[in-house]
Amino acid sequence: MDLGKLTFKGGASIPEFKELTSKNPVEVLKSPKIVYIPLHQHSGSPCEPLVNVGDVVKIGQKIGSSNAFVSSSIHSSVSGVVKEISTIYTPTGIKSKCVVIENDGMDEMIESIKERSLEYYKREEIISTLKEMGIVGMGGASFPTHVKFSPPEDKKIDILIINGAECEPYITADHRLMLENTKDIVSGIKVAMKALNTEKAYIGIEDNKPDAIEAMKKELAGEKNIEVAILKTKYPQGDEKRIIDAITNRKVPLGGLPMDVGCVVSNVATIKAINDAILKGKPLYERIVTVTGSVNNPKNLLVRIGTPIEDLIEACGGFKGKPGKIIIGGPMMGIAQFDLKTPIVKGSNGVLVQALDEIKNEEVLPCIKCGKCIDVCPSRLEPLFISSYSLKDNYSKCDELNALACVECGACSYICPAKRPLAESIKIAKREITAKRKKS
Amino acid sequence: MVEKTIGKTKDDSNSLDNKLIVSLSPHIRSDESVRGIMGDVIIALIPAMIASIYYFGFNAFKLILITTISAVCAEAFIQKLFKKPIRVNDLSAVVTGILLALNLPAGAPWWMAVFGAFFGIIVIKEFFGGIGSNFMNPALGARAALVASWPSLMATYTFPDAVSSATPLQILKEGSGSLPTIQQMFIGNIGGVIGETSAALLLIGGVYLVIRKVIDWKVPTIYIGTTALMLLLLGVDNSQIIYHILGGGLMLGAIFMATDYSSSPVTSKGKIIFAIGCGLLTALFRVKGNLPEGVTYAILIMNVASPLIEKLTKPKVFGEVK
Repeated sequence: MDLGKLTFKGGASIPEFKELTSKNPVEVLKSPKIVYIPLHQHSGSPCEPLVNVGDVVKIGQKIGSSNAFVSSSIHSSVSGVVKEISTIYTPTGIKSKCVVIENDGMDEMIESIKERSLEYYKREEIISTLKEMGIVGMGGASFPTHVKFSPPEDKKIDILIINGAECEPYITADHRLMLENTKDIVSGIKVAMKALNTEKAYIGIEDNKPDAIEAMKKELAGEKNIEVAILKTKYPQGDEKRIIDAITNRKVPLGGLPMDVGCVVSNVATIKAINDAILKGKPLYERIVTVTGSVNNPKNLLVRIGTPIEDLIEACGGFKGKPGKIIIGGPMMGIAQFDLKTPIVKGSNGVLVQALDEIKNEEVLPCIKCGKCIDVCPSRLEPLFISSYSLKDNYSKCDELNALACVECGACSYICPAKRPLAESIKIAKREITAKRKKS
Repeated sequence: MVEKTIGKTKDDSNSLDNKLIVSLSPHIRSDESVRGIMGDVIIALIPAMIASIYYFGFNAFKLILITTISAVCAEAFIQKLFKKPIRVNDLSAVVTGILLALNLPAGAPWWMAVFGAFFGIIVIKEFFGGIGSNFMNPALGARAALVASWPSLMATYTFPDAVSSATPLQILKEGSGSLPTIQQMFIGNIGGVIGETSAALLLIGGVYLVIRKVIDWKVPTIYIGTTALMLLLLGVDNSQIIYHILGGGLMLGAIFMATDYSSSPVTSKGKIIFAIGCGLLTALFRVKGNLPEGVTYAILIMNVASPLIEKLTKPKVFGEVK
């Protein structure tokens, strides 16, 4: 099997802007005076606080948990005193309970953080530890990893795919991670393979990161069951279903999940977190964030969960020019924020600042039917038609046109010469369709 | 505790009246624009315009100018009348104007050019919703209207020296007169509407459009290929095929008309079916029809069939099992 230049049908080539930070080694951001840790950082049920105002907490101490299966524990990222249990909007716009902790600056770790070897773990134990340690997908959707790793009995997972594509422009967090924590990723892959009882793993990396490909290949020399799959640089190559298609040529059925074709996809940052949780006993309380765009010194920072974005921007020399948009995530799928106090959560891989003068407010023109949106759609939808029905509030027609298969990558809106809000209106249609299905 | 405005930033001058812009993703857009695409089509038409002016002289220049100005005026006028935003700066009316001129004989009177431009823009384009919504190619629709209204004027092909000359296809059809050389057919200087004179320069424009990704190379290629194949099947002699390909409106139609976004299917499979249909009909009209030319009606008929083709060629959604 040839593992070079793999890709999928559709997609767009988008300027990368990764050179702003791709050569900058990860710097540790000083822990902030106050952290705002939301109790709902994942898909599924929110956690309930385990601490009260006035409690003293340490780094890694569990401060939130839920009995629901689809949920994941929350831990303190600093040592200090709980000041308040408040409500906050998370970067994804969820209104969530939030534990506000004043940092005492001592960085005291909880005692339970200690190393343990993989041989001592049973499969079930790995899975339950993942929930306990708060491991969720760190590539975007923040889906609890223990759930993903617990497919029903009849779904045999034979391929684990590690997603190191990082196809979002600007973001280099995973790139740096693969260069600087190569060993941890490889041992993390082995943990995940044991948890999934899987024989084969591929790590998919876009060919715009030759140094990361080289580093991973070197580290994997001698490993028979883990291989590097080189992917063509094309957006959205890192989309779960597209990366499975590219590497295995398996097509996840419409409305189905990766496990339906025997695959599980995990982001490299998640794999590193799995490694730390299982082998080092370290819960997920910090992550790498690329701070880029119109800031004076773009950087890759190791950030404690709950750090307000203004601290990250300050650490990067402040805004360059007047800020117009502050986006958590990348420019294609990231979410624009309205508050500089919004905290970094487990799924935040980047903070992108767009200066006011680089935001073009272009006039929306009538669709000229050029069909470029169809050409780029990774789900092979017809965005122009779904969008026009959505704009007329005809959501059942959107459903007929498979709006729910949209992965919200935004390639259609990006390419549209008439600057139409294609992805935006399809997202609204999806929300309406899902809401209607829940009701009935 | 969360406010809708951001608090004071460290440096107050850096805050945008303390507000941030919020919108759904994506937050970046490509440089593609409607104006850019239309501009590319105009650039691609420049060689053909030069050829027409070179061979037909001032008359051709005059026609291009008249139709273009009329088309732009017609668009501005009707958009104003319909209280729609005036969007002549998207250059689409300019494209229609030029294409219409290229579809006229050199001796066409000015009023016919003006009428054609107004008819194409107002009746065929704007009455059906304007750019992107017209179901027919405005320039071709206008040409059809002119052919129907003033058939003899539209079929009188003259050179600047007022020598009228039959088109190669007329000569083939009637079986009398002397055909131009193949070299002439390719380079230019043959009778016909002003835009179809030089196959070579039309091709240069076509290659430019393919490189700029404005059109799909498959459409003109399949269109012309199907026409040739169908002509052979209909018993046209081998030696005449090249005249059919290089003569008449085939090059002009295949490169610039059959690739019109609005009036052809939007799906890539649909585009192929559309091109095949155009080719079959063109050959059929040329051989079995009364008139020597068939491109105009072939494309117009396929234009009308486009919505149906589009429906039948919906792309299979990723992972869909049928």
